[in-house]
Amino acid sequence: MLILTCPNCGQTGEETEFHAGGEAHLKRFGPGSSDGDFEEYLFMRENPKGVHFERWRHVYGCGKWFHAARCTTTLEVFGTYSAQVTEPPKEICDKISKKRPDWSWRAFS
Amino acid sequence: MSTRLATGGRLLNKDKAVRFTFNGQQMRGFEGDTLASALLANDQMLVGRSFKYHRPRGIVAAGPEEPNALVNLGVEGKFEPNQRATTTELFEGLLATSQNHWPSLEFDVGAINAKLSRFMPAGFYYKMFIHPRPLWKHVYEPFIRQAAGLGQAPKGRDQDTYEHFHAFCDVLVVGGGIAGLIAARSAAKTGARVLLIEQTAHWGGRAPVDGGDVDGKPVDNVVDELVSELEAMPNVTMRTRLMGAGVYDHGYVLGYERLNDHAPETDGPRHRLWRIRAGHVVTATGAIERPLSFAGNDIPGVMLASAVRDYVVNYGVSSGDRTVIVTNNDDAYRTASALKFAGLDVPAILDARVLPVDSPLIAEAKAAGIRVLMGHGVSKVLGGKRVTGVAVCSQAGEGAVLEEIACDAVAMSGGWSPVVHLWSHCGGKLLWDNDFAMFRPDVDKAPTGAEGSAFVSPVGSANGHFGLAELVGDAHAMGHAAARATGHKPGKVSAPDASSVEEAAMAPVWLMPQGAGAALRGKAWLDYQNDVKVSDVQLAAQEGFESVEHAKRYTTLGMATDQGKLSNINGLAILSDALNQPIPQTGTTTFRPPYTPISMGAIAGEARGTVFQPIRRTPMHEWHDKNGADWEPVGHWRRPYAYVRNGETVHDAVMRETRNVRENLGLLDASTLGKLVVKGPDAGKFLDMLYTNMMSTLKPGKCRYGLMCGENGFLIDDGVVARIDDDTFLCHTTTGGAERIHGHMEEWLQTEWWDMQVYVANVTEQYAQVAVVGPNARKALEALGGMDVSAEALGFMEWADGTLGGFDVRAYRISFSGELSYEIAVHASKGQAFWDALMAVGADLGVMPYGTEALHILRAEKGFIMIGDETDGTVIPQDLGLHWALSKKKEDYLGKRAQERPHMIDPERWKLVGLETLDGSDLPDGAYAVAEGTNDNGQRNMQGRVTSSYHSPNLNKGIAMGLVLHGPDRMGEVIDFPGTDGTTYRARIVSPVFYDPDGEKQNV
Amino acid sequence: MSNAVSALNGVTWAQGIATVTEVPLQGMITLRGQLTDAKVKKAAMSATSLEMPGHGQANCVDDRGICWMSPDELLVLCPYDAVSTNLKQMQGVLGDVHSLCVNVSDARAVFDLSGDNAREVLAKLVPVDLAPDQFTVGMFRRTRMAQVPAAFWLHDNDSFRIICFRSQAQYVFDLLTVASQRGSAVDVF
Repeated sequence: MLILTCPNCGQTGEETEFHAGGEAHLKRFGPGSSDGDFEEYLFMRENPKGVHFERWRHVYGCGKWFHAARCTTTLEVFGTYSAQVTEPPKEICDKISKKRPDWSWRAFS
Repeated sequence: MSTRLATGGRLLNKDKAVRFTFNGQQMRGFEGDTLASALLANDQMLVGRSFKYHRPRGIVAAGPEEPNALVNLGVEGKFEPNQRATTTELFEGLLATSQNHWPSLEFDVGAINAKLSRFMPAGFYYKMFIHPRPLWKHVYEPFIRQAAGLGQAPKGRDQDTYEHFHAFCDVLVVGGGIAGLIAARSAAKTGARVLLIEQTAHWGGRAPVDGGDVDGKPVDNVVDELVSELEAMPNVTMRTRLMGAGVYDHGYVLGYERLNDHAPETDGPRHRLWRIRAGHVVTATGAIERPLSFAGNDIPGVMLASAVRDYVVNYGVSSGDRTVIVTNNDDAYRTASALKFAGLDVPAILDARVLPVDSPLIAEAKAAGIRVLMGHGVSKVLGGKRVTGVAVCSQAGEGAVLEEIACDAVAMSGGWSPVVHLWSHCGGKLLWDNDFAMFRPDVDKAPTGAEGSAFVSPVGSANGHFGLAELVGDAHAMGHAAARATGHKPGKVSAPDASSVEEAAMAPVWLMPQGAGAALRGKAWLDYQNDVKVSDVQLAAQEGFESVEHAKRYTTLGMATDQGKLSNINGLAILSDALNQPIPQTGTTTFRPPYTPISMGAIAGEARGTVFQPIRRTPMHEWHDKNGADWEPVGHWRRPYAYVRNGETVHDAVMRETRNVRENLGLLDASTLGKLVVKGPDAGKFLDMLYTNMMSTLKPGKCRYGLMCGENGFLIDDGVVARIDDDTFLCHTTTGGAERIHGHMEEWLQTEWWDMQVYVANVTEQYAQVAVVGPNARKALEALGGMDVSAEALGFMEWADGTLGGFDVRAYRISFSGELSYEIAVHASKGQAFWDALMAVGADLGVMPYGTEALHILRAEKGFIMIGDETDGTVIPQDLGLHWALSKKKEDYLGKRAQERPHMIDPERWKLVGLETLDGSDLPDGAYAVAEGTNDNGQRNMQGRVTSSYHSPNLNKGIAMGLVLHGPDRMGEVIDFPGTDGTTYRARIVSPVFYDPDGEKQNV
Repeated sequence: MSNAVSALNGVTWAQGIATVTEVPLQGMITLRGQLTDAKVKKAAMSATSLEMPGHGQANCVDDRGICWMSPDELLVLCPYDAVSTNLKQMQGVLGDVHSLCVNVSDARAVFDLSGDNAREVLAKLVPVDLAPDQFTVGMFRRTRMAQVPAAFWLHDNDSFRIICFRSQAQYVFDLLTVASQRGSAVDVF
């Protein structure tokens, strides 16, 4: 069972306080979008062995959403950060690069 | 004969005798005994029958690794099967019975299986019971079910209570032996918060039995000193009877505390599950001795050498007057010394090794006059229900008997295996150690935690260090390392000083004698509890089950309740030999928690009885309960399904309530409906995205029914939205939907449209809400007096604040029944008072409370959909004919794009219609309508299904709704619904609005 | 009209290792707004005459208090009868600032858990480190209590105030009494 630190309230809690919300940094496609773009948005998901970016909600705590960068094999948490960004912040990417020099995720590396 | 000795027994209080009963026979032990030691003291060698062959089995071990001595404990509400006698502390009045035999332990009919064992090798059940197929259900399965399982399943409700406890520490030390104590002290001296747990009732582990000196003092004195020192440290918590059950991600550890198993009459919970979060975990879990594989090694009286020693030293119990020791290592010689010291006879030590010179322990045994036969082993053990002797052979040969030695116990040692379970649970890797023929932790490949660094350190014999000097040094260093890993700085403290007795190398012996023929191998047991023999593992390899995981499952080796604590390494070695590959290449099976079985009660913790689940109650819950409520769970809420009066069935009550709403006046507790306040300059814009309808155009004072879809287009909720003022809306959700929809709103606000200025608050429980429904609804509110509730002042789909009967209320003129209807919200703390006031004024107006089933019938009569009945997560508004609620003016709303996907606009999608049977009977809920032809699986094709079905007392016939292929275009057509009862229901497709289609009754 | 009743009508239980009491009719106002905004802070402070608590803290005196719920939410405690006055006053202070002020007094239940064993009784139910040097007066924690959401703070050194949803009051009361059963002291704090 993971422990996560919510960047909104600063509490470190066990996984049961949180709710996992799937892949991070999806770009929404609405009416007018192509079938391909919409399919990508609604159905297609990363399933990496290694570095992954996810959405979580501190559902039993402050109720806020946030992002987490995590390794799906070792469960190492590289960091948590604001939900109000469209891509991982540089300091998180740098931290990952230090530990996993060859990482890449979608367009990020 | 096993018996109690006049001397010895360091764990006993011989002043206090304890009476207990085994298989109905009164026995006596002492305080401090385990059930196993007390049974041995009473010469109860035979304690159970094995699983498959029903062979007589005796106590083998003295700890949690015991495979045989499993008993039923207690009676009725205190009954529990499969309890290990070796870890059961004796208490006054303990009741135990042995397992897996009929009619008795001494004479067991099932023992015939042993005679047939030649015909029941590994895989017997798989091969035997597969053909002919039809026999499985009525012959094979009942037979196997009858034979399956060791103990009996408890019948009574568990009388005990259980709980959890959340504990936090920097360093958790699992195991209170000498290594654990020293590691805990080293860590604690740095100021780290240390939790030290020990599964038994005693500190010190094996050290006091095995002896040695630390810092020039006898090790048992050192244990006492360490315990006192640790107890005095404020940053150290120490617990006995608390087993480390499992190590999980990020330093999460489950501990299993047995609070009063040893004192069942005490107040309080029986077990406590510790949910520990540790910065670093030190596993000082010790090591387990391995048996040797020779013919007859399961006959009662054959025991682990260390266990024989434990029983003598700790409990003053001799396993036999004459004990033959058989070994491949020096450690077993300590058993010889202990037995000699207790005045018992050791006729011979059979040592499989051939050594150039005697090590000190061997020399000591010889000096004590013990006959030591090097290069020898056991050809087979003599005896049936107990040992009568051993047949000696050369280890190098095929088992030719050189002599027979009479004895009544055999102490065997095949070397030691570190307890690597907790190390391995969360991914710690193992190394094969050739010198000791064992797997030990590969400390460079430790489990890693949240920070990506190692969070488990093995110490002492759990780390493969057996000599006292190495063990003590390792524990000291690892204690420091663990503290350092949690940010604490060790000072310059040197390790305690100890010296180890020099020991000769052990020699791996996986089969005794090494050339044993088929007859001997077929009696050489690996897994005692599951009856797996050397020959079974060899057969598995021969039949192609080469992976260790496959061989395990084919033979069931290591799959019993002891999870192969004694058998795994021996089995692995046999498998490797059969495959002609080195042991590390074969690898181990996976170690999974818990270390030993833990009670289901401990896992459930407090969650039983009244607190099994969080039942949610409205402010009027007690009133409903007192007034005949037949409860229906709706999520965690409880809502009255109907209020049943004396002499009524539930169905009668539902019919009465449904009629009364249409004829007079009904009250419904609608408090469970979700209520979310949505406020801000962008609230209208936000709700336009969330609902399929246009909400931003709603005028303050007005209400609008809205539909909510997920981004995948499917309906997720519905409800009435009221506009409170320009900036503020109040959104009603379905019962149980409040938290989900609140979360849905927050998700979109926080993760997609974070520039929108909107705040949401869940005020569901601030209000008690009562639906006042029926032709007399207005009269009832007017009787309460206060605000104007006339059609002119409060029109249909409007709301207003005011007072009624002196209560501050918000009144919504909305209807889910098609009747004149108001929903009145008052503060929850006044909900009951308001309900009482309504019941009082309604007395002359024919008032009755009504439940959820009447609510359902009333809405179905009107063709109103219900989320969860007409929808199931695959239904879009278009399927339900709700096009009117889909705004065409909006460019976007959640689900709009998905509803344009080809599958969603497919004209073949099933659509909502009403259904009525030709004879007025009720259609079965959920029934499917069949079409011509069959599908690829040979099943009838389907063309629709029933989503809701009720008996309408107002229309006096069955009414139903369903989704049907091309349904709205097939009005009047009759389709068939086969029931599960064999009859076919014929139903006509009709409009889903059965009652008052023009809405005249609600618009008055 | 004074016919308001709290969820459990002020029930008390003291037959175990801790005392559990429902604190009836505590006034509670949810205030949502950016807590960095001076008017938002002022609204909370003016309603309670108390200072703003820090991140993850609560500043509570008797039946008044300000609890930090999230970066854009406070729970303002005040006497039950003063809620509507305070709401108006707060809305006055807030003026045009984007915010939401709403009465939640009846939506919640409040319990007092006291006695020497209060910490360990609570630690049976919440995944929070409640050691005396780890959870101290002034801290405010929202978390999971067995199967429901709850928030708590130390009212004084051996008494906790616990807030839960009103509909779950009976469950939470039962949980606390079960966890306080006689003979269940853990003896670690």
